Amino acid sequence: MIRRDRGAIERLWFRAGIFSAVVLLLQMPLFAQSPAPAEPEATLRQEIEQMRADYEQRLAALEAKLAALESAKAQAAPAEPPSPQPQPIPASPADGAPAPLTLVSGSGGKNFLNLSLDGLIAAGGSTSSDIEALQTGGHDPIQRGFTVQNIETVFEGAVDPYFRAQVNVILQIDADGETVVELEEAFATSTSLPKGLQLKAGQFFTEFGRLNPMHPHAWDFVDQPLVNGRFFGPDGLRSVGARLSWLLPTDFFSEALVTVQNSQGETLSSFRSVPGETLFGREIVEREVASVSDLLIVPRYTASFDLSDTQTVLLGASAALGPNGTGESRRTRIYGVDGYWKWKPTNAFKGFPFFKLQGELMRRAASVAAAPEEELPAATYTDWGGYLQLNWGYEARKVVGLRIDRVGGDSGNPGDPGLAERWRLSPAWTWFPTEYSKLRLQYNFDHGDALERDEHSLWLQLEFLLGAHAAHKF
Amino acid sequence: MKPNLRGSLALFAATLLSATAPASAALKVVATTSEYGALAAEIGGDRVTVTTIAKPTEDPHFVDARPSQIVAMNRADILIEGGAELEIGWLPPLLDGARNAKILAGAPGRVVASAGVQLLDIPLAADRSQGDTHVAGNPHFMLDPVNSRIVVEHIARVFEAHDPAGAATFDSNVASFEVRLDAKLKEWSAALAPFAGRQIVTYHPTWRYFSRRFGLEANTFLEPKPGIPPSPPHLARVMEKMRAENIRVLLVEPYQPRKTAEAVAAHNNALVVDVCQFPGAIPGTSTYLELIDIVVRRVAQALAAQS
Repeated sequence: MIRRDRGAIERLWFRAGIFSAVVLLLQMPLFAQSPAPAEPEATLRQEIEQMRADYEQRLAALEAKLAALESAKAQAAPAEPPSPQPQPIPASPADGAPAPLTLVSGSGGKNFLNLSLDGLIAAGGSTSSDIEALQTGGHDPIQRGFTVQNIETVFEGAVDPYFRAQVNVILQIDADGETVVELEEAFATSTSLPKGLQLKAGQFFTEFGRLNPMHPHAWDFVDQPLVNGRFFGPDGLRSVGARLSWLLPTDFFSEALVTVQNSQGETLSSFRSVPGETLFGREIVEREVASVSDLLIVPRYTASFDLSDTQTVLLGASAALGPNGTGESRRTRIYGVDGYWKWKPTNAFKGFPFFKLQGELMRRAASVAAAPEEELPAATYTDWGGYLQLNWGYEARKVVGLRIDRVGGDSGNPGDPGLAERWRLSPAWTWFPTEYSKLRLQYNFDHGDALERDEHSLWLQLEFLLGAHAAHKF
Repeated sequence: MKPNLRGSLALFAATLLSATAPASAALKVVATTSEYGALAAEIGGDRVTVTTIAKPTEDPHFVDARPSQIVAMNRADILIEGGAELEIGWLPPLLDGARNAKILAGAPGRVVASAGVQLLDIPLAADRSQGDTHVAGNPHFMLDPVNSRIVVEHIARVFEAHDPAGAATFDSNVASFEVRLDAKLKEWSAALAPFAGRQIVTYHPTWRYFSRRFGLEANTFLEPKPGIPPSPPHLARVMEKMRAENIRVLLVEPYQPRKTAEAVAAHNNALVVDVCQFPGAIPGTSTYLELIDIVVRRVAQALAAQS
């Protein structure tokens, strides 16, 4: 209860923070126009004036330089008179060569901070009466009717010559109509380390497999695969920490990464999780961090090959190793392999047509402590899961896809649905009116021992994207 | 045994070092699209090796940021980009992955081709309800061949800074390019002069700079707004305009839907002309001047046939 309250207070503070940030942002243009008011603003204003003067001076110097270049060129070849009208090329050789239409650089429109906002809204229904149990993802549709899956605000840009940074703050509306704010990611990435190295630090999605680090609006389906929900919890594997990546000096793309992150919290459900929660029926207890091995360690290797002008594969292998919260010296190890293949013809239009095949296979082994009250012994459980999906962009802006999903494991703990088998088959159809919006229709057929009966669900999803959103990786 | 082991370790270390050292003295140049690649090869000659990211036949607005290109950019000394947001959907993630300080924005190895070029069609507001407009302006400025003069100067200056010993080669290659460009410009202007003021239809506002340079008008597009697919009512309006104003030539690029263009052209007995903006997309266009040459010839032939 106390924890809950603290969470609520934190959320409140966070909301207040966002509100003041928005107010600040809104005021910025006003501030530039308003007369100098209180003292701190006056100094700031002076500084801005100073910067402006400085900038104008430098601009004037550059313009003078440009003019000098221009006149040098004009001496070699008579320039066109400046005119907004299209200038015909002089036809006779005597007129000399035409000068380029040199005026100003066109590299405007750049901001210090790129802001974007992405909305994912779903509508639909299911034969299941417990949709929150059926859908394992925190961004999945959760109820009959409408769901605000994810409103993602992204703040991104270059910090200085050494770092870029990105902050993703997400908003959701839960089944009770309550707005939930979450600091999903906030990290800096190095830009200029030598020897192919790159460092990332902050709060971020763990770079395990292919789907886990992707934001929901980049997924090819309305919901996340069952295995991601079961192994990494509803909101994906993410935490505070650091990641070092090395681009190997090979002829093909070959990258080795190692991530070290905190191993506790609600986004680490297979690890130290949150006291009071359970893992395979065992209650999670407080566990101290005594050594590095009590943190989450995630090594990953990924390589890519162009099979031809039109085909590329990307393969990866990851492991997530860390303590779990069922008792002292209890550990969870998750191993995964992932593959992605894409075909796109050399005369693709708007990026279409294409075929994309993507799959991941993961295996989890968790040693868990005994839970005497529940008469559960100390044990090691293993389970595995995976998905395979094919997407065909059959014509410009239209995609059909099919995904097959499976999770399941040891039957040693039949009372715990965390190990029971589940299958899901999901055909989907997506239409992108532009690259800034999409409509997706998806049907899910759910089957397995973890469910009382087969379930059928149909979801319609709308995405809209505002602002300058950073492009995605391959 | 021991000295042997040490010897082989040293050899192994040396191999590793040599693997990370540059394989040859040639400057490694990466160009986003093939007109920059072709110009870089022309100016750099044997002193550079050039890798081009986008295929000349594909839609340059939508290129996959393939990991192999991250490798090329990681090793690059020089990156040439248009700089007018054409590559905004795929260059940033490649740069992030490449982690190469030599080619970051503002670094000595970064060539921004559009620097110093007057861009057209700068929108009054950044408003996506007007389609996929580029805030910086229309990025297809290389189709005005006069702009290539600015770009080869940029390229030569950066090459010289990286390889001072090659300065004379680069300068003479620039001079040779400019001589051929000037001769061609006269030829092209003469070829298109009889059609001054004639209108052409294009799928996308790609040919604005080209038409402006050669006195044509390319203000009618099959797309209702940049990047927005043609709707039947819009196409009907285009066909009506073509009939009323006797517009009989329609340009289409390799990746654009040719069937749509053919359907519109058939309505008015207009000619569909295959053109492209990137060297290599049409056979016999391995250099920039060859590319513009073929485009001018095809457009002039079509306009003559429809006179």
